[in-house]
Amino acid sequence: MKLRRTMLYVPGNNAGMMKDAHIYRSDSVMFDLEDSVSLNEKDTARFLVFNALTTLDYEGIETVVRINGLDTPYGREDLKAMVRARPDVIRLPKTETAQDVHDVEAILAEEEKACGLPEGSIRMMAAIEGPLGVLNAYEIATASKRLIGIALGAEDYVTSMKTSRSPGGIELLFARSQILNAARAAGIYALDTVYSDVNNEEGFLDEVRHIKQLGFDGKSVISPRQIQPVHRVYCPDDKEIDHALRVVQAIEEAEANNSGVISLNGKMVDKPIVDRAKRVLEMARATGIRINELEAYCDEDE
Amino acid sequence: MKMNKNSIGREIPEKIGKLKLSPFEGAFAHTPLVRQDKGNRRLPRLNKLVDTIEQAVLKSELKDGMTISFHHHFRAGDYVLNMVMDVISNLGIKDITLASSSLTTVHDELIPHIKKGTVTHIITSGMRGKLAEFISAGHMEEPVLFHSHGGRARAVEEGEIKIDVAFLGVPSCDVYGNANGYTGPSACGSLGYAKVDAKYADKVVLLTDYLAEYPNTPFSIDQDMVDYIVKVDAVGDPEKISTGATRITRNPRDLLIAQNAADFIAASPYFEDGFSLQTGSGGASLATTRYLTEYMEARNIKASWALGGITGQIVKMHEAGLIKKLLDVQSFDREAIRSIGENRLHTEIDASYYANPLNKGCAVNKLNVVILSALEIDLDFNVNVLTGSDGVIMGASGGHSDTAVGSGLSVIVAPLIRGRTSTVTKRALSVVTPGESVDVFVSDRGIAINPRRKDLIEHFCDVRLPFHTMEELLDKAERLVGRPDPIEFTDKVVGLIEYRDGTIIDVVRQVKGLE
Repeated sequence: MKLRRTMLYVPGNNAGMMKDAHIYRSDSVMFDLEDSVSLNEKDTARFLVFNALTTLDYEGIETVVRINGLDTPYGREDLKAMVRARPDVIRLPKTETAQDVHDVEAILAEEEKACGLPEGSIRMMAAIEGPLGVLNAYEIATASKRLIGIALGAEDYVTSMKTSRSPGGIELLFARSQILNAARAAGIYALDTVYSDVNNEEGFLDEVRHIKQLGFDGKSVISPRQIQPVHRVYCPDDKEIDHALRVVQAIEEAEANNSGVISLNGKMVDKPIVDRAKRVLEMARATGIRINELEAYCDEDE
Repeated sequence: MKMNKNSIGREIPEKIGKLKLSPFEGAFAHTPLVRQDKGNRRLPRLNKLVDTIEQAVLKSELKDGMTISFHHHFRAGDYVLNMVMDVISNLGIKDITLASSSLTTVHDELIPHIKKGTVTHIITSGMRGKLAEFISAGHMEEPVLFHSHGGRARAVEEGEIKIDVAFLGVPSCDVYGNANGYTGPSACGSLGYAKVDAKYADKVVLLTDYLAEYPNTPFSIDQDMVDYIVKVDAVGDPEKISTGATRITRNPRDLLIAQNAADFIAASPYFEDGFSLQTGSGGASLATTRYLTEYMEARNIKASWALGGITGQIVKMHEAGLIKKLLDVQSFDREAIRSIGENRLHTEIDASYYANPLNKGCAVNKLNVVILSALEIDLDFNVNVLTGSDGVIMGASGGHSDTAVGSGLSVIVAPLIRGRTSTVTKRALSVVTPGESVDVFVSDRGIAINPRRKDLIEHFCDVRLPFHTMEELLDKAERLVGRPDPIEFTDKVVGLIEYRDGTIIDVVRQVKGLE
């Protein structure tokens, strides 16, 4: 299971941050060519990101590039350069319709062909940042096989909705639910928006707990300091791990005995419970928790 | 038996066996200090005050070629050294050996005194700024001797550094010389380095800006060691002597290093109830305590004591019950200064107690874990904390080599890459702490255990932390920043780096082309 709990934003014109982007152990890093780069630095940033991706070793961490929209003079150039730099994923900004995805996909395919890459080498994700995109979430999520996930970009969204962001996030409830539901229906990842007050650790944690409970796979983060807190919230606790281990054990025993019905402590264990238990253990393993039984289970699984 | 009559007419034998007896010659005969004041109703005002620094220098009979000492508890806020040196220079005294426990950026003002020949030898833990550049450029005839804090205490106690006059700035003292570091406007906390000098110098001059009522208890420097006292307007700049509570850094890279260091320490066999620790005041070192705190709380582990430069962070852990006692040779911030003044379990120690390798037992010998910084660490784990990547002096030996060798687990924390150079190098430019006393290097891009510590390597073999060999870390860094051309030095030796036992571990050479 590929974890995407954290995607670290790195402005595409910041060489210092770019060389260190992966050391903070976020699940993905996202080099931004779009909003964090001023108009007169668009080409500088493109060169810098290109060179970073082709020169530096990101040690297996997923690399994502947020390109400028195709409705700007830069989007097309970004794609041309980035296909040759081969990040894992291209992130589309401000996706409104399935057609937006198709347009980018067509250029990706063309450029892949032009530089001899197998078609589909580069994956995509789409950021939904407006009311229309939210309403079209399912069409967007299913618009391309390249899509690994859809993400909410809340700052533009709340402005369009004539509101602003609040600590409880009630204004985002519909958009979050809609995007999450679309992603789940399409079988891809759902990623939450950024939390911009880096020094408000408590507020940040509240939001992370909130989106985890909603069901999001993770969140974009704007500072390395936000990474570990997210990972900690997503890390299953001892009780959850313990229960998951028992469920998996019970199902293994049942399979060994060819027994159809499985129960644990007198409660029936059905497929959703088993799936959830497996996900807990995978998450625990990915978080670096050491459990002998867990290791044994994972070895068998691989 | 030959008898002598003493001054009150008693017959005293000249000898008893081999023991020659001195007959009594009167109550004041051999104690002139007492004589002048007997019968004086104003005895409480009896004092050692002199009006000016110049009078103190003259009374102390400072001569050409003598050794004077200072302490560095006032850090970059120190006024004392410069004030005293100006007076000495104006008096035309030459060829002075300056033995300060350390020197900071404010001591650039020494440069004219060196040029003039007032100061011809320097003994210190470190130096920075223009003075350090001046030395690195080879402008001083005699090399500077760099010692560790423990090594200095040893040298002073053994008489290797014979201090003729110690000029010690103190935040408060009474008219008879009882001084402490935590009262008065220029409070600096512990006077750990000054205490050694007060004890061993021939003459002791205190400078203070706060005269306290007699007796100024509790005192760190005792009246019986003090010759003269000068009241000055200010011994230092309080804003620069100490900052508010040292804050945990927000630099993500330092936090990452700290997290790695805490993960490593918490997984080590040394992390058990009752362990002892010392941390530095650098960003990563300080932040390590924050993550260690989380581990200590989660596993219900308490430290028995913390040593060293004490910070507000350590005080906070102590007050939260996580560290039982504090031994403090130098207080790093206002919180530490407040605490040492009011908390009986926060104890002031001197530099010898702290780290003198040849006394009957120094505190670093009982240290479990120490977290230290580095400017450079090489493939043999030798650590440089003195010269920068350009070869110029910019740091201090401090307690680095003392605590590294004394502790059970010495942890060096530093970013793998600084600016555009690697912290890990093939061969350190200068060595302050030998690799055999360094146990692990923790960086933002990986952890390397010293191969000499086979026990640690075995202990950590199934622990999931980002372990690498030092060679791998060097390779990682050089793939990113390349290998710089070597710094060019001349043959002139501008600094001797003394190991704590008095032997010379390395020399610093003049940087070629540095003006």
